[in-house]
Amino acid sequence: MKFTLGWLKEHIETDAELDALLDKLTLIGLEVEDVFDPATELAPFSVGEVLKAEPHPDADKLQVCQVKTRDGTVQVVCGAPNARTGLKGVFAPPGTYVPGIDMELKVAKIRGVESHGMLLSERELELSDEHDGIIELGEEAETGTPVAALLGLDDPVIEIAITPNRPDCLGVRGIARDLAAAGMGKLRDDTVAHVEGSLDCPVPVELKFDPETSDACSAFAGRIVRDVNNGPSPDWLQRRLKAIGLRPINALADITNYVSYDRGRPLHVYDADKLAGTIHARMGKKGEEFLALDGNTYKVDETMCVIADDSGVLGLGGIIGGESSGCSEETVNVFIESAYFDPIRIAATGRKLNILSDARYRFERGVDPAFVVPGIEYAARMVLDLCGGETSKVTLAGEPPEAARIIEFNSSEVMRLTGLELAQSEIKEVLVALGFWLSGNGPEYRVSIPTWRPDVSQPADLVEEIIRIVGVDQVDLAPIPRIDGVARPVLTTQQKRTRLTRRVLAGRGLAEAVTWSFIPRNAASAFGGGQDELELANPISADLSSMRPSLLPGLATAAQRNHDRGLSDAGMFEVGQAYRGASAEDQYIAAAGVRSGTATLNGSGRHWSGTGKPADLFDAKADALAVLDALGYAANAQAARSAPGWYHPGQSGVLQLGPQNVLAHFGELHPRVLEKLGVDGPIVAFEIFLDVLPKPKRASRTKTALDVTDLQLVRRDFAFLVDHGVAAGELLRAARGAEKTLISDVTLFDVFTGQGVPDGKKSLAVEVTLSPREKTLTDAEIDAVAAKVVAAVAKATGGELRA
Amino acid sequence: MTTSNFDQLENELLQAIASADGLVALEDVRVTALGKKGRISELMRGLSALAPEERKAFGQAVNGLKERVGNALSARRESLHEAELSQRLTNEQADITLPPREGALSQGRIHPVSQVMDEITEIFADMGFAIAEGPDIETDYHNFTALNIPDEHPARQEHDTFYFNERDDGSRLVLRTHTSPVQIRTMENSEPPLRIIAPGRVYRCDSDQTHTPMFHQVEGLVIDEVTHMGHLKWVLDAFCKAFFEVDEVKMRFRASHFPFTEPSMEVDVGYAKVGDEIRIGEGDEWLEILGCGMVHPNVLRNVGYDPAKVQGFAFGVGVDRLAMLKYGMPDLRAFFAADLRWLRHYGFGVLDVPTLARGVSS
Repeated sequence: MKFTLGWLKEHIETDAELDALLDKLTLIGLEVEDVFDPATELAPFSVGEVLKAEPHPDADKLQVCQVKTRDGTVQVVCGAPNARTGLKGVFAPPGTYVPGIDMELKVAKIRGVESHGMLLSERELELSDEHDGIIELGEEAETGTPVAALLGLDDPVIEIAITPNRPDCLGVRGIARDLAAAGMGKLRDDTVAHVEGSLDCPVPVELKFDPETSDACSAFAGRIVRDVNNGPSPDWLQRRLKAIGLRPINALADITNYVSYDRGRPLHVYDADKLAGTIHARMGKKGEEFLALDGNTYKVDETMCVIADDSGVLGLGGIIGGESSGCSEETVNVFIESAYFDPIRIAATGRKLNILSDARYRFERGVDPAFVVPGIEYAARMVLDLCGGETSKVTLAGEPPEAARIIEFNSSEVMRLTGLELAQSEIKEVLVALGFWLSGNGPEYRVSIPTWRPDVSQPADLVEEIIRIVGVDQVDLAPIPRIDGVARPVLTTQQKRTRLTRRVLAGRGLAEAVTWSFIPRNAASAFGGGQDELELANPISADLSSMRPSLLPGLATAAQRNHDRGLSDAGMFEVGQAYRGASAEDQYIAAAGVRSGTATLNGSGRHWSGTGKPADLFDAKADALAVLDALGYAANAQAARSAPGWYHPGQSGVLQLGPQNVLAHFGELHPRVLEKLGVDGPIVAFEIFLDVLPKPKRASRTKTALDVTDLQLVRRDFAFLVDHGVAAGELLRAARGAEKTLISDVTLFDVFTGQGVPDGKKSLAVEVTLSPREKTLTDAEIDAVAAKVVAAVAKATGGELRA
Repeated sequence: MTTSNFDQLENELLQAIASADGLVALEDVRVTALGKKGRISELMRGLSALAPEERKAFGQAVNGLKERVGNALSARRESLHEAELSQRLTNEQADITLPPREGALSQGRIHPVSQVMDEITEIFADMGFAIAEGPDIETDYHNFTALNIPDEHPARQEHDTFYFNERDDGSRLVLRTHTSPVQIRTMENSEPPLRIIAPGRVYRCDSDQTHTPMFHQVEGLVIDEVTHMGHLKWVLDAFCKAFFEVDEVKMRFRASHFPFTEPSMEVDVGYAKVGDEIRIGEGDEWLEILGCGMVHPNVLRNVGYDPAKVQGFAFGVGVDRLAMLKYGMPDLRAFFAADLRWLRHYGFGVLDVPTLARGVSS
């Protein structure tokens, strides 16, 4: 909403400085977005007086003028036909930026004669398209003074943001009322006088609705003004409209725009001679269309309220008028419409046809229903004043909805909700200044709500009115009570796991990324998603259309983007939500990561101490296990070969507590999937499903006693020959289980195929650590354990000791 | 064996010891002298062949010889060992300017959004706020209706809100446009008193330098029988001071409008711009950081609370924006681009865990 300071002051009597008014506006909820003072921009331009104008020695159409300016007399070469001795015009010295020619002036020689500045036309100052001559300011203009005031361009333009609950402030009047209530001045009287008509309105007005749509247009007031002269509107009006960014058209159109911005009351004017029969409001019909004032043809339908005459649709009520019945300079008889339209239908129609208009903007937020008739009186007064003519009486079809509402209000609500203690008188004063009526002696009041405040309907709304006008800054800070001496922990198990996981993964050299929750559909499909229910109906782009089923597509493509920039060793992870379906239970929290190139725990890239090895599935497995270990689940997690289809079938696996309880996936991403994503690969990845982890058992904080002896550990190596398909994990498990008390650890230190190992076999070498319990082990005891290990391995895997 | 023979042997051995040029050679000398078949050992063996009266003197002489040779061996061994060690140390000069590999711990990074959420959590946990969460894919009811946002409200339009396709029953799910639906879910499932914050991802159809279609918010909610606007102002003041780590913060509360609060306010903080740095708590420029207000009575009714009995406040603040203000990232879009250079530059160290005791940032 834009207006000028001068315009505002027509509604409020105030001595307040501009800055004080602006600050107050912002504090009471009418946030100032911009202030533009045209005088500042026009400061370089001052009154220049032509002391002498002589013909240019070398050019017929140019004159050489001696111009008296605020900086002394200068010589200016001027091409304007009206340049002459004695003229006072707008002078711009060298160095000035002239908007109309988009140029900074310099001292220049024109056909051999030096020119020190310029006398400007209206076009050069961007006041109008006038360029037949330079501006003539008149004799009373004082030479050397700034021209802004002389041109009527010293009125600051203020733009404020209006929240959707305040349609009353879409008129300058409403803004002035708020400011006056907030102590910034006195609201001027605004009684709209009745304008008596000298004839009955010759255009019949009717509302033609079925009962169920009758609220689409509940009231329609019309009147005619005959014998008008619809020329350009007066300067003051044009200046105001231009100041707020509207283009003056003709007096009648300018009046409707003015009333819209002054009172928040949209109107429409018709050329009465172009109307046929009864003008009426009704619902549109399929197949109807009309050419609107914006030059577009709109098709209407049965959900839209139209204004029509006997020939058909004229326009969309409350949104935009039609070209066929519009007013032009030739209009002699004008029909003025002031109606009340249903906000919800206006909004829906505006959205459907994508029409943005000042009328729609106001009607969809709610105009004052009680101002239908005053609005048309106000308009008639202006038409008579600016265009002359003779007005008819008002004809009114229907009745505006009853807007007067009364609520019970206990003023102690102010204290209850804000903590601010205010005197009864103060509370009453604020409400009355805003147009509320109160009855009762307090603290119980009956409050009548002004018709222009559709947003106020209950006591809390009144508290808001009071506190915003009194000032939120008046409320003192009040500490909330501390519940516990030392704050208790508040994180849930899940929240603790999520936070710990982040730090574990970052501790393994990975950088945490945050990637979009929506990804391209083909990427989603490749990771088990892409269902219809997870497709956005209105994605911001096709690349961001599907809710991600996994964090991996986003991370893999991010790795590729880094690769494209020359960072080929990328280790990244994300902890966040992904979606198996659209319901709340289908959202899950995962930790996922990728490693590309040589981004491994031991360091990436070339290095004098040893070049980084390419990341492989075991790096990913190690990441997953590190997280499970930190969360307390690594010991029980079994590796199984059942990773989903987006992993390389031979280079991937899962970690699970059982087939129904998969905690993590790991492995190399499937080359075909990477191709689909446009990722070069190879990339290894892991996904850990943080919300399937069982709830931790509430264990004692006391740790189990440490059980160690000082006896020396015994280590024995065994190399087994097993079939190629045997899983090392099986062998390890068998070896570990061979002797429960003495064997404390079994590690696999070599996996070998090749010379000395028969085809189809591999050699797995393990080191078994024995922890003696009570005494040093004898060779016989050690040999007995070794035999048990060999037997257990043979039983579980068919492996034999390598000769 | 004569005395001169003893002397000769001793001279011979001491000579050999002195000229041994290494520990191995010295060991050879030791064996020659003191080994089982060494010359001194042999002398000892000869003892039994002597007459008893000669034995004592002979024994003393041999033992004396043995002791002197032993001492010489030890001394020589010591000096050879010293020489060898010092030679070894001279040979083992490393180029200590060679750079070792950077460890994983120093390479890993925590994303600024996570870090700032941890900071916010730390501060509000101290004031007794629990952390609530809710789904990103929300019902129209939780995201709008229950929050007193009417059907025709502009926020519901497709150019603001991401919608899913219509379901069989005609309803449409949305991507939550704010964290406020978590208020509703929390109130629906629990009874006052409540103190929660709800951090999370939110989505709006918006994309330019300062807007991304996905960003992060933290919602705050306090409901009980006494909490009023003074408490709201205090909590936000306390939060801003703790978060920006300044003793005083200038805050400006402006009346505003949100459908789910009444009265509603927007909050600005005072700042000064020094170079590229934004200093909160200094200067006299204002920067809007959050919206808040007293929970609207209609919202309380919608979750089955009685607005005449319970009351409280809610606020919502942009996490990414707080991160930008505190740590100076210029462009919101870069938060979600996963550019390693950005992550390494603006990300936080693994052990940089926010706590109140050390300060939320180090």
